[in-house]
Amino acid sequence: MVDPGTIDPKILDILQEVKDPEIPTISLLDLGVITEVRIGENEQVRVEMTPTFVGCPAMDYMKRDVENKLEQNGYSDFEVNVSLEKPWTTNNITERGKKALKEHGLAPPPHLEKIVDIDILENVKCPYCESDNTELQTPFGPTLCRSMHFCHSCKQAFEQFKPL
Amino acid sequence: MENQAAKELLYKMADDALIIGHRNSEWTGIGPMLEEDISFSSMAQDKIGHSWALFKILNKLGENEPDIVAFTRNAEQFHNCQMVEFPIGEYNFSLVRHFFFDLAEYHRYEMLEDSSLGDLAQLARKIKGEIKYHVLHAKTWMKNLGNSTEEAVSRLQGSLNELYPMALGMFEPSPFEDQIVSDGIFGGESELMSKWRSSVMEIIDQTQLELNIDGDWNPLYGGRSGVHTEHLQPLLDEMSEVVRTDPAAEW
Ligand SMILES: [Zn+2]
Repeated sequence: MVDPGTIDPKILDILQEVKDPEIPTISLLDLGVITEVRIGENEQVRVEMTPTFVGCPAMDYMKRDVENKLEQNGYSDFEVNVSLEKPWTTNNITERGKKALKEHGLAPPPHLEKIVDIDILENVKCPYCESDNTELQTPFGPTLCRSMHFCHSCKQAFEQFKPL
Repeated sequence: MENQAAKELLYKMADDALIIGHRNSEWTGIGPMLEEDISFSSMAQDKIGHSWALFKILNKLGENEPDIVAFTRNAEQFHNCQMVEFPIGEYNFSLVRHFFFDLAEYHRYEMLEDSSLGDLAQLARKIKGEIKYHVLHAKTWMKNLGNSTEEAVSRLQGSLNELYPMALGMFEPSPFEDQIVSDGIFGGESELMSKWRSSVMEIIDQTQLELNIDGDWNPLYGGRSGVHTEHLQPLLDEMSEVVRTDPAAEW
């Protein structure tokens, strides 16, 4: 989560408009993919980003999106840097971000403690009917970030943004 | 020549991930069930992403760009263990290979979390979280099928026996073994193998399968020094064919 610190809140408002290409309800800030925004020397805007998964195919695209957004809003001196220095985990998703996932029909990830075990993926709350009478189908989904589940209450398949 | 030891390690890890990633992507569209189809494709995408990240570290150490390294070398310049280059075979073969491979990967990245090579340590901490899901997947299916019908158990048993000596080839000692350990880059293949063997047995013991790890096995070595089976070159040709026909293909 980005610490607003002393940066001009206008920049954060602008960046809030950059959404995840796969889940357009969530911003990259709320997803936690933007890890830091600060003003460097000579008023340069510096944005640090980190991939959700190492193999995330959308990372370059997201970086360009951030650059374009800054440019469109009149910033000419900026640097967007991608690194694993502050590795992403689902714990970086903000509360607003979790709501946005749900709006998109995705079960938000539970807060992750140290150990990932099968039970963290079992009985995930169904995003449609809130039931936890659900079953894990596979820890992998159509994109790297998701796992697939089935709800026995409303008989619908759903996906979870899986904890990492 | 500190770099040389690090490069040897990075190349073999990257090549393992690249090759098994491409092999497992062959399950796309033909998996035994839709879920398995998706799982193998998703894991393949992870693996190829991991190989790319490793090639980027190599690039920083002075090697060529990732796409050049990945798609223009010939088989004898690859350092993957032979196990990963074999065709996908039947589902039970691919499952057991995935089980052996990902348990080893998990421990390898765990050991690398505090590597003296900073970029690799950082990457290892990140990748370990992802591999947990691969391991979870492998263990779940080994336990399910290893306790199911007589036929499933006997098929898996066949693949275990066939793949175990191949899997031992993952731990072929490097010529830089002593150096890499004393430089704090990596704890070494033999320590990795012993962690791997306990994790393998922990799961096997919960099934009707058997594996005599102290038996007289003959490890399938050679891959680390560029000796490969006839299966690798056609796969490499196919991989670079995709790149030639679609230069914008993203991996
Ligand atoms: Zn439901």
